[in-house]
Amino acid sequence: MADTVQRQAALPPEHRTRGGSSLPPGAVVGAFVRRHKLAPYLLLAPALGGIALVLLWPLAQVVIFSFQNYSLPQLTGAAPTQWIGLANFTSTFADPEFWLSLRITVLFAAVVVPFTLITGTLVGLLLNRLGRKMAAFVSTAALLAWATPAVAASVLFYWLFNPDGGVVDWTLSKLPHWLVGSTNWAGFNWTTTGALQAYTVLTILVVWQAFPFVAVTTLAGLKTVPAELYEAARVDGTSPWRMFWKITYPLLKPIFLVLLLLSVIWDFNVFTQTYLLTGFPGNRDEFNLSLYMYDKAFAGFPPSYGLGGALALIFTLIVLVITVGYVRTSVRQGALT
Amino acid sequence: MSAPKGGGAAWTEERGARNEGRGTREGGALSAPEAHRRQSPLLSARTARRTKTIGLNGIGLLVALITLFPIVWMVSTAFKPSQEIYSLTPHLLPAHPTLGNFSTVVSGRASGIGSVFMFFRNSLSVTLATVLIASLVSLLASVAVARFRFRFRASFLIMLLIVQMIPGQALIIALFVDFNQLNLLQNLAGLIIVYAAQALPVSIWMLRNFVATVPKELEEAAAIDGATPVRIFWRILFPLVAPGLVATSIFSFITAYNEFIVALTFLGQAHQTYTLPIYVTYFFGRGGAQWGPIMAASTLYTIPVMIFFLIVRRRLVNGLVAGAVKG
Repeated sequence: MADTVQRQAALPPEHRTRGGSSLPPGAVVGAFVRRHKLAPYLLLAPALGGIALVLLWPLAQVVIFSFQNYSLPQLTGAAPTQWIGLANFTSTFADPEFWLSLRITVLFAAVVVPFTLITGTLVGLLLNRLGRKMAAFVSTAALLAWATPAVAASVLFYWLFNPDGGVVDWTLSKLPHWLVGSTNWAGFNWTTTGALQAYTVLTILVVWQAFPFVAVTTLAGLKTVPAELYEAARVDGTSPWRMFWKITYPLLKPIFLVLLLLSVIWDFNVFTQTYLLTGFPGNRDEFNLSLYMYDKAFAGFPPSYGLGGALALIFTLIVLVITVGYVRTSVRQGALT
Repeated sequence: MSAPKGGGAAWTEERGARNEGRGTREGGALSAPEAHRRQSPLLSARTARRTKTIGLNGIGLLVALITLFPIVWMVSTAFKPSQEIYSLTPHLLPAHPTLGNFSTVVSGRASGIGSVFMFFRNSLSVTLATVLIASLVSLLASVAVARFRFRFRASFLIMLLIVQMIPGQALIIALFVDFNQLNLLQNLAGLIIVYAAQALPVSIWMLRNFVATVPKELEEAAAIDGATPVRIFWRILFPLVAPGLVATSIFSFITAYNEFIVALTFLGQAHQTYTLPIYVTYFFGRGGAQWGPIMAASTLYTIPVMIFFLIVRRRLVNGLVAGAVKG
């Protein structure tokens, strides 16, 4: 691969420097850049600096904190920082609240991921078969749900499911008992009754926000499937269910795999929605891992950046394991070329 | 579309027929019209097609209405006077629409910490600065990745893929400690730095494909004509990667405008620096059940990004979906 730097050698001397200046100092710098092939590194420098400062160095610090007693006195310099070995980890693993939050996080992802993928795929298949006007209407509706910022959506769903004047409780109280059970729905409190009720609302909220992306991506994939395949299958009298699993699914498998991995990571990371709907820092029995970590680091008395760091490390390791799958999939699909 | 009249309906019919030709690929949910047709062999194919089109449109309508309902309810609540909001029998649309909720939000009376315009201005400054910085920095980096072969190129790309997946809440503790030492908490500059850097991995990843599609011959020809590298960059590369810059700008715009955890942690009690999501959160956390003003504030927060999504929808689909990146 010939690169820009080498090509510049063919130029008249007054045009060789990167800065476009023909002054001797510029020319000297330009020659230095060319000789050592520094151009790509110079172009990368600002990006690398930003990523190092805001992503890589903090990640290293989190690892360091997790073995220290870092807290408010250490932050203000009032007390020295001490290495405390694995104490942050042992106290985390001894805390039942940690295991509860981990269980909630895993169960939530296990429910939301399939719900999001199935809903999104069905809507994608539907969009592919609707007439132009109706498809535009449905996809606009989905686009608006997708566009709603997480904070606005969370506050909105809190209001929809509110015990005082919320429309969901009102609707459920008007429906017959054989349909909605014998619970007294008028004034039912979804967010403080228990984790199951709160996460029911959160599931609906997160699926509502996330399915449009899956639908639009699936639709984009469906447009690439040759229609002849379906025609041939139809002639053979194949059922729609079989056609999906024998034609659509194998062809869109790479797309579904990426969607699956991304959904797992996103749903594992949910913070904004759980923070607002569980009324952080109340209702500790409704903490997911993110909330538990945030509570340990910032809301505890005193706040413990060490404990928070240990949790952040555990959390990152879990997410990275999933990420390795994502990276391997991307690389195998030729992302690096 | 369920009333087949005029040219539009004929077109729909034709489209329906074409769709049918492409095969019935959905599962059980859509098989009702199919079953109907099998039971009635005397029914003309045309009627069967119409039944199927109506069935599909019915499902489409249902999906759209369920999806839209929360948004309609948010906007409707924002326009309702409080006796209608807490009425024992709520109605979809306000009987006596009022701008009262919006005026308390604009005057700052409802939240007690300032007018919604102040927070809108904060959000807009942070978002625009983030988009500008992230676009420029990621363009430079993507040129390096797409145009040069250098030693750590593959490692750099894999590093980008991995760091974009690091959960923000895992880094927030260290970021809080660092930015406290840098004196960058409780101001907008701190947020801009974090948001711009967080947008970089995805932006570079997306932009490098756009840069790679610009033919090298164009640059080489310009170089032979004596154009300087800086001139080549601005006159040839920049206009040609502009669509890519739009796609990455959309991504960093959405990230910065919606970001919650960093702003929540950094801004603390400095109310005058709040961005819109933190303002809405503060308002919501104050309690007192001011649902009218809260929904008015949420509506004002949401409407701009909805309009933005509708304007850029094609690029959104092409850019974000192609990169399999969520907004």
